[in-house]
Amino acid sequence: MKLLTHNFLTSRCLKGVNVGYPLKIVLGHVGELPQALIEDYESNEDFLKKVHHVLLEVDVINGELVCPESGRKFPITSGIPNMLLNEDEV
Amino acid sequence: MSGIKLKQLEQWLQQVDGFDEGGGKVDLEQYTTPPHLAACFLHSVRHHLEGKMVADLGCGPGVLSVGAAILGCHYCLGFEIDADALDVYRRNLDEFEISNCDAIQCDVIGGIPSRFDKCFDTVVMNPPFGTRQSGADVKFVEAGLRLARSHLYSLHKTSTRKHITSLANAMPGVSVKVVAELRYNLPHTYKFHKRDSVDINVDLVRFSYE
Ligand SMILES: C[S@@+](CC[C@H](N)C(=O)[O-])C[C@H]1O[C@@H](n2cnc3c(N)ncnc32)[C@H](O)[C@@H]1O
Repeated sequence: MKLLTHNFLTSRCLKGVNVGYPLKIVLGHVGELPQALIEDYESNEDFLKKVHHVLLEVDVINGELVCPESGRKFPITSGIPNMLLNEDEV
Repeated sequence: MSGIKLKQLEQWLQQVDGFDEGGGKVDLEQYTTPPHLAACFLHSVRHHLEGKMVADLGCGPGVLSVGAAILGCHYCLGFEIDADALDVYRRNLDEFEISNCDAIQCDVIGGIPSRFDKCFDTVVMNPPFGTRQSGADVKFVEAGLRLARSHLYSLHKTSTRKHITSLANAMPGVSVKVVAELRYNLPHTYKFHKRDSVDINVDLVRFSYE
């Protein structure tokens, strides 16, 4: 799973969860991006390359995503997050 | 690589593995899009794939995602409910050394988080025709139209054309067009079919936002 894909995922479908974003990645890889958004982020090629690397080249293979509100875990197996919910969760 | 020839694309797609032995699961309407059909489909819409953000709904083993990647999409995300099909998807991506596709396991009908809305330029799919799960085809179209910014391309039985087009015409801002009529050879793995395989006519339907 690319981090770009992770950026889309939420647990808001869960009953009682309002935002459900961002899902915490357990065992994830942290890229070397600056803590705060830099000013020329749209044109700074070096920065954009790093963003591209983090979003599209880092691959999470096994681990889990954790809902920030409910703590519900979504397993990632062989790079594919399982976002299926049980009927009693929605 | 949108300069690629139709024949060549078809040859590549012949190497995409289908559902695991024993065929797909009947209740989920798991039959792959055959290489020729998939190649005709994708090649005719290549200008809406190259350099685009693409979603593949009910991606199964991933022939449409692989084809979209070969045609130069920027990123393709598959959505699929079945873990076994996703195992094959992952294997196919590895075989082809494709690194700009991903998949998530979720229910396309009612289970796609709303953050995905309008995140994709183009959505492609070969949805369940709704013969097992009634109305599944229409629910897939609705999901596709939520995700797509510009175009949704989908395969439908020609016999349901009236139904599908009138449904789309009733949606504000959506225009619908049958862009190709194709033949689909459904395999014999479906025991309720009397013959070994059966040819059905399918439409490649384009739904666009004006
Ligand atoms: C006709 S097959 C097409 C498979 C593949 N896209 C292809 O073109 O070869 C339909 C796919 O939709 C999946 N599917 C059926 N119902 C679904 C649902 N509710 N949510 C997600 N996927 C579903 C099936 O498991 C199957 O892989």
